[in-house]
Amino acid sequence: MATRTDSSTESVTRPMVVRERGNPFRVGWQVLRRYPVLPAIIVVLLVIAAAFAPWLAPHDPLVGKLRDQDRPPIWQESSPISGKEPLWDYPLGTDPLGRDMLSRIIWGARYSMLIASIVLISGALGGTILGLIAGYFGGIYDEILMRMVDLTLGVPFILVALATVVVFGSSMVLIIALLILFSWSGFARQVRAETLRLKAADYVALAIVAGASSNRIVTRHVLPGVTNTVLVIASLAIGQLILTEATLSFLGVGIPKPRPAWGSMVAEGRDYINTSYWMALFPGLAIFAVVFAMNFLGDWIRDRLDPRLRQL
Amino acid sequence: MRKLIARRLLAAVIVLLLASVLVFALSRMSGDPRHLFLSEYTTDEQWEAWGREFGLDKPYYEQYFRWLSGAILLDFDISVKEQIPATTVVLRKIPNTLQLAVGAYVFAIVLGIPLGILSAILRGTFLDLFARGFALLGQAMPGFWLGIMLILIFAVWLEWLPAGEKGDLRSLVLPSITLGWYAAAAFLRLTRSSMLEILDSEFVKLARAKGASQTAVILKHAFRNAIIVPLTFAGVFLTALITGAVVTETVFGWPGLGRLAVQSVFGTDFPVISAIVMFATAGYLGMNLLVDILYGILDPRIRQS
Repeated sequence: MATRTDSSTESVTRPMVVRERGNPFRVGWQVLRRYPVLPAIIVVLLVIAAAFAPWLAPHDPLVGKLRDQDRPPIWQESSPISGKEPLWDYPLGTDPLGRDMLSRIIWGARYSMLIASIVLISGALGGTILGLIAGYFGGIYDEILMRMVDLTLGVPFILVALATVVVFGSSMVLIIALLILFSWSGFARQVRAETLRLKAADYVALAIVAGASSNRIVTRHVLPGVTNTVLVIASLAIGQLILTEATLSFLGVGIPKPRPAWGSMVAEGRDYINTSYWMALFPGLAIFAVVFAMNFLGDWIRDRLDPRLRQL
Repeated sequence: MRKLIARRLLAAVIVLLLASVLVFALSRMSGDPRHLFLSEYTTDEQWEAWGREFGLDKPYYEQYFRWLSGAILLDFDISVKEQIPATTVVLRKIPNTLQLAVGAYVFAIVLGIPLGILSAILRGTFLDLFARGFALLGQAMPGFWLGIMLILIFAVWLEWLPAGEKGDLRSLVLPSITLGWYAAAAFLRLTRSSMLEILDSEFVKLARAKGASQTAVILKHAFRNAIIVPLTFAGVFLTALITGAVVTETVFGWPGLGRLAVQSVFGTDFPVISAIVMFATAGYLGMNLLVDILYGILDPRIRQS
């Protein structure tokens, strides 16, 4: 049943369908039900904020004006405790150091995206390579890999992260390294399973008969078969990744201060919850919206590309 | 069945050993333990004597076995901050975390399972929409933010409940909701999908064809089968529970394992955090093993595979 009306051939061959779907509200509702419009908007906003933070942010995220400290968001008449009035310069209010919440949230998107993309790309690459090797060559490689996968799934990540920070102190590099060390295993496990399946396929057997090298078979015959799986897992993992990074930053072991990370902003807001609720509310709302959008899009992409992965 | 248990047990022991290697490596990287006792009066002879006492003159694998045999006997050295065995420090906090975990599970089951069942029975209604919205949003909500928002609404604005600080039963309410939120959303989703699947199965159709009433079908046939699925996932949620406990206890100042872990980071108390990692890993693996075995008993198909 065609519901798209953008193609000219369809409107010629099926004029009745077009007239039936002509009601703009109905078409709009159907688009909303069919495509993840809202999550897509959130992700686009996030990417724009992350890419253009230095130009978009109206104020310096690190240095505030003490004169403008503790301003409530603009829709509030005055701050409940200090009685200060909102300023149009600071639509989401300011913190006790006079730093603009909106600017800090925009910069927070940049850090969040930076870490998520580095971790996701490295984790996906590493996991795919290891999964291909283990699945195709089997034997000792497979045994070692699966034990490593068991390890990353068996130890509680957050506690290991805390233990590592005790030893090395918190830094951006450490947090990225830790997230990579724990994100590759999901890819490796699934790629290995797919590789095992593809290895048994006739066309791989034919390639072996034709004398293709293992190298060629893995890169030319197996790899294209697992790319969809990798994309699906990446899109499902990104929301969790952002949430984990925010959690670490909240606990004070993630992105070091004074860099504006959403998680550590919520942690600062907790100390002022009696007086300045907006300090915890808005950064948390940003995390919530982004994780929700990423999860939703991940589900959608999975249903499109590879519904077999639904049990994940 | 016995083979399944043996294989799972072996895999769990291997993971535990790998985890112990990881923790040991970290403990050696955390610096020379002798620095703790170093003062300006320390002589070279004393330094060497301490090295022999701690076994630092031995090769690494010997040091590891020394550490491991200590760990098996639950000896993780002396806590830097409290100056008593780290194991004692950790064990004292376990009851508080268990209390919180029980509260969270009760909340998750009481909210998640009935809503999941209702949502499946009343598919497509407003209630179903609401329940699915909760499931979707619940899993994206950061636990630490949820906790702070609950404090803001129920403690700061409405002043109904205390904002943490362990006291009477009322102080358990907000932390339990925070910790149980994710599991409640997940239970709801799992119950709903397994209930839908069972309502569509042959034996339910047969019961209907024999003239069983809707209530009888749901209570006697569907419900009992649908409830197995979310309960077997209890083990999976243990990871979420451990992460959640760290976060929830930090938000509410709850004196449990999670808060201890965070405090040990800021007090650079490696013996304590290493004990927590090993305890939590062992507990997690043990629970999963138990769930695997129970699952094997409940579902004969698993035993053969």
